Amino acid sequence: MKTLEPILAEHPFFKGLKPEYLQLVTGCASNVRFDTGVYMFREGEEATRFYLLRQGKVALEIFAAQRGPITIETIEAGEVMGWSWLFPPYQWHLSGRVIEPTRAIALDGTCLRAKGEADHDLGYELMRRVAVIMMDRLQATRIRLLDIYSKSPGGKVSYPSR
Amino acid sequence: MTVDQCDPMMPQRYRVQHVRNEIPDTFTLELEPEDGGDIPPFATGQFNMLYIFGVGEIPISISGDPARRKPLVHTTRAVGTVSRAMRELKPDDVIGVRGPFGSHWPIERAEGKDVVIAAGGIGLAPLRSVMYHVISQREKYGKAVLLYGARTPADILYRRELQLWRTHFDLDVYVTVDRATGSWRGSVGVVTQLISRAPFDPRNTVAMVCGPEIMMRFTAAELEKRGVATEDIYVSMERNMKCAVGLCGHCQYGPNFVCKDGPVFQYSQMKGLLTKWEI
Repeated sequence: MKTLEPILAEHPFFKGLKPEYLQLVTGCASNVRFDTGVYMFREGEEATRFYLLRQGKVALEIFAAQRGPITIETIEAGEVMGWSWLFPPYQWHLSGRVIEPTRAIALDGTCLRAKGEADHDLGYELMRRVAVIMMDRLQATRIRLLDIYSKSPGGKVSYPSR
Repeated sequence: MTVDQCDPMMPQRYRVQHVRNEIPDTFTLELEPEDGGDIPPFATGQFNMLYIFGVGEIPISISGDPARRKPLVHTTRAVGTVSRAMRELKPDDVIGVRGPFGSHWPIERAEGKDVVIAAGGIGLAPLRSVMYHVISQREKYGKAVLLYGARTPADILYRRELQLWRTHFDLDVYVTVDRATGSWRGSVGVVTQLISRAPFDPRNTVAMVCGPEIMMRFTAAELEKRGVATEDIYVSMERNMKCAVGLCGHCQYGPNFVCKDGPVFQYSQMKGLLTKWEI
């Protein structure tokens, strides 16, 4: 039977992971599909999984009273979604709404945490890889905080007018 | 050609053909020489000095098709005294034009390679002429990728053209917004996040980047992270220009005059300067 191992090995998130670890990780992986409009997870729910998106687009949303759901970011093919499975209280901070039909590999967070606890080298590898994603997202968030396309007070633009 | 027309300091009279509002604070001017003569040839990325008589003169990149020289097209944002006055222009009004000036995007150097065009906000305007060129000479280039970031969906410039370019089978057009509003179903995030999604060979790519300086810095860093050589990344700089021919020194940036040595620079020339507080 074909396993998901070759697909995981090709994914940037797991690229370079030792074959024995890849085998362990594959044991926690499954193929999933979601249709447009479906919520893959909702804010506050238990975060038991994370996803490697193979196709499609998912909006990460936060719900604000009187404003409804606000899209914070979109996650697209080739990217990783979810780190709440790794940190207590293991609850989703955001909701994930499918905006284009999505295929993904779901990784069971509880299963991976147990394997990481049993083998700290694997645990370190997972933590390191998740940290890179967190750093990239933090950096992107910082750029957005700068609001670089806006006019500064007084009508001057903070970037070229041409 | 008269002596006056050869003098780069002497504005030529151009008549406004059309003023088009693109997005709430951004508009496009279409101009033709008042005497019906030819418009001087320009290269992608070059700029003109546009003069509103009695108000002032500002540099604005040419955003039209270099292969179709009439009318002369400029898109700008109404942010200062001159650009706000420019926005009030009506067809048949006359303004002064000097140029074209400055360096151009490396469209010749990019031949045979993948082309990545990364624009933020109104930074798409100076790159639109590159899009026109690449589309018209498509066989000369490998993959052609446009990455465009805007503040909100309402701030997306040249929306109709972006939609048209998206229908081309041989163009990859990615658009993202910093903040989603309403029924936006596209990408949300900064333009730098598009770089890892786009299909191009980083070892055989020329990237052209224009937008807020900080956007160009982070975009270039992300391109480098993907494997594009610093020498293959180009940025378009802007400083306060007056003479446009490297005489007055208003636009000096480190050892460069942006008007004469730029506005388009190899990123390797700018990289060390962009984080210098003193300049």
